[in-house]
Amino acid sequence: MSVSTSGGKDPFIANLNRIYAGYTGGFLAFVVILGILEQLGVPDRVIGYLFVFLTIGVYAYIGIISRTAQVAEYYVAGRKVPAVYNGMATGSDWMSAASFIGMAGSLYALGYGGLAFILGWTGGYMLVAVLLAPYLRKFGQYTVPDFLGARYGGNLARMIGVVVLITASFVYVVAQIVGVGIITQRFLDVSFGLAVFLGLAGILVCSMLGGMRAVTWTQVAQYIILIIAYLIPAFLMSAKITGVPLPQLMYGVALERIEALENAFRAAGQTPPPGVVGFHTAPFIGPNGQFSMSAAVNFFALVFCLMVGTAALPHILMRYFTTPSVREARASVAWSLFFIFLLYFTAPAYAAFAKLEIYQNFINQPIANLPEWVKNWQIMSPYGVPWINIVDVNRDGILQWNEFRIHPDVVVLSTPEIAGMPYVIAGMVAAGGLAAALSTADGLLLALANALSHDIYYKMINRNAPTKQRLIIARALLILVAIAAAWTAGNMGADILFLVAWAFSIAAAGLFAALVMGVWYKRTTNTAACVGMLVGYIVTFGYLIWSEFFGLSFIEVFGTKEAILNAARAAANLPQASAELKAYASALVANAAAVQDGPLAWFGKALSGWGMHTDHVVLRGRVVARLWGINNISGGIFGVPLAFLTIYIVSQFTKAPSQAMQDFVESIRIPRGGVRLADAREAVKE
Amino acid sequence: MALVEDVPARGNSAPEGPPLDPEKARAYWKKTSALMWTVLFIWFASGFLVHIFAPSLNAIKIAGFPIGFYMAAQGSLIIFVVGLYWFARRQNQIDEEFGVQEDA
Repeated sequence: MSVSTSGGKDPFIANLNRIYAGYTGGFLAFVVILGILEQLGVPDRVIGYLFVFLTIGVYAYIGIISRTAQVAEYYVAGRKVPAVYNGMATGSDWMSAASFIGMAGSLYALGYGGLAFILGWTGGYMLVAVLLAPYLRKFGQYTVPDFLGARYGGNLARMIGVVVLITASFVYVVAQIVGVGIITQRFLDVSFGLAVFLGLAGILVCSMLGGMRAVTWTQVAQYIILIIAYLIPAFLMSAKITGVPLPQLMYGVALERIEALENAFRAAGQTPPPGVVGFHTAPFIGPNGQFSMSAAVNFFALVFCLMVGTAALPHILMRYFTTPSVREARASVAWSLFFIFLLYFTAPAYAAFAKLEIYQNFINQPIANLPEWVKNWQIMSPYGVPWINIVDVNRDGILQWNEFRIHPDVVVLSTPEIAGMPYVIAGMVAAGGLAAALSTADGLLLALANALSHDIYYKMINRNAPTKQRLIIARALLILVAIAAAWTAGNMGADILFLVAWAFSIAAAGLFAALVMGVWYKRTTNTAACVGMLVGYIVTFGYLIWSEFFGLSFIEVFGTKEAILNAARAAANLPQASAELKAYASALVANAAAVQDGPLAWFGKALSGWGMHTDHVVLRGRVVARLWGINNISGGIFGVPLAFLTIYIVSQFTKAPSQAMQDFVESIRIPRGGVRLADAREAVKE
Repeated sequence: MALVEDVPARGNSAPEGPPLDPEKARAYWKKTSALMWTVLFIWFASGFLVHIFAPSLNAIKIAGFPIGFYMAAQGSLIIFVVGLYWFARRQNQIDEEFGVQEDA
């Protein structure tokens, strides 16, 4: 299927079902063969290597045979990806390391609170389907900034779109590369830094030669592996614990037993480990199990940001440029959500069974009797503590509830071993996690490189660049971006979920309002959209940076006297704080009488009556500020409404869009017929 | 070199139908907007509203599942998926009703 001509019947497209059915069978056979090899005594290390290298090899092979030199193939896979396959590709594009390896871990730790991720990362597709996907497909160019440029009068809007896209996608891709690093580090036994670069090589071979076309068909392959790898351990655990291999229906049993065990631990005077809730199914609770307004507000704020972010992330939206028609684009969103749903509605079951296994088999057992595999996970994480940390707090040699500390990022990866499954399952889960991280990284890197090569280089710098040159530049940029991302990931490990949630808030606040109003509100003017995007982006990104890295300074502006002193005390006692911050905070505490309310404290306590106080939390080794008690991973909650409001108000005071522009909007609203661009310069030469 | 406006949506050379008259276009958009608001309401109800009652719903248990927990873990997701297939079908019907569907 090397370079096919556009328009003609592509034999590869015609045989998709057969090709991928064969591929799925091949993967299952491969797992069975490795299982037999394991029984024959092949060492675990070799099994791990085979899984990682053979799957990456397959992706690379697909990447190479899908290489292309055509612009439409490179950017939008020739617009002939059928709805179901685009759904699968979107599914794996979407489900990242955070979904595969992070989410069940968060559910394990946070209980009901973690369900915000489940809801937020599925519900957003409703917004994609009704508000954006069909219209972007009708518009029919190559990138999301293309749409902004065509709708909002050219390069300024395009440039702002590109800046938001790059910020959000870069943060997101760093998180994926951390995920790749975690898996390769454990299963190949190499250092985290080296692991990151190995993973990167895998990502590049997939996306570099064939652009969107290669990424699409690789992502379908990766989806198949990741969903099999996620479902099989869940089915096995369900069969083992409940006797029925239907985890999604049966984990109610596990939830009941977890609750009973939690009560028993509490009755024995034990406490949960740091970061883990003691009431798995209880919604909106504080540490003591009582209702907490702050927990409720943060839950809904996070759901909102993740949903809106879904509908604004360019690497997802650009997938709907690849379907053959508007009709298929709509169907494709439904298929995307269906394929995502298969994993997401299993994740709570996965978390519950893993928690039950741990509570049942390890808590209150002698530490000396812990199985051998625990040692394999006591390797150092990039966060400075071992992935599984056994801390005998009271030195009695017995593992209490709060003494088994597992990092959420490794719950999924270590579950097969926790539940006593053969190592081949652990290897398969690792291959699945790798597929999830690589597929998302592929999509993101492509979105980043396309924004730089297509939107900046071709549209803004050199309109006459020949096709060949554009594609060479796209590939060169892809490598540069990838190296920059890997370098960042290698130098700053961070919680995957937290980085990813940031990407959502940034994209949501920067792009969502301008995209939606561009289609649904004809009166939206160029100036309004540009100002709105900037306001959303600056408010959100600024809030994230300020509250995360300069939390004390944020509280000094928005906090009351008491909040400032509390934050200063926390900073002064924080082991990871810098010497200057400590000295500064100690000085504040020493002169407590001189501390006044911050200049904007009236704003910070505007919602105090609702139990929403501006305060701080100690997270990730930093004093992190929270305006109205809202965690900064939901920072988009401020930016999104503000962006809508700005665009609406400014539109009332600026000159209405031209008739040509209104015709353009009309033409993308209707599936039939051509697109009437307001400005012919926005057209793209194929 | 083909400008985008020369290329029909399907990317093949099917002839374009006559331009839609403004009256019909308005009616089409009104119906499409109504569907949009319906779906957004379903989205809001199952994504947010129902979960406000999670603490009380949790008092009911079916097959070991506290219902408040179940809705956030699976119930709403099922509504989202089914809702999207329904939306795609319904919007296609509207397109056909107004004769604005793409040429096959």
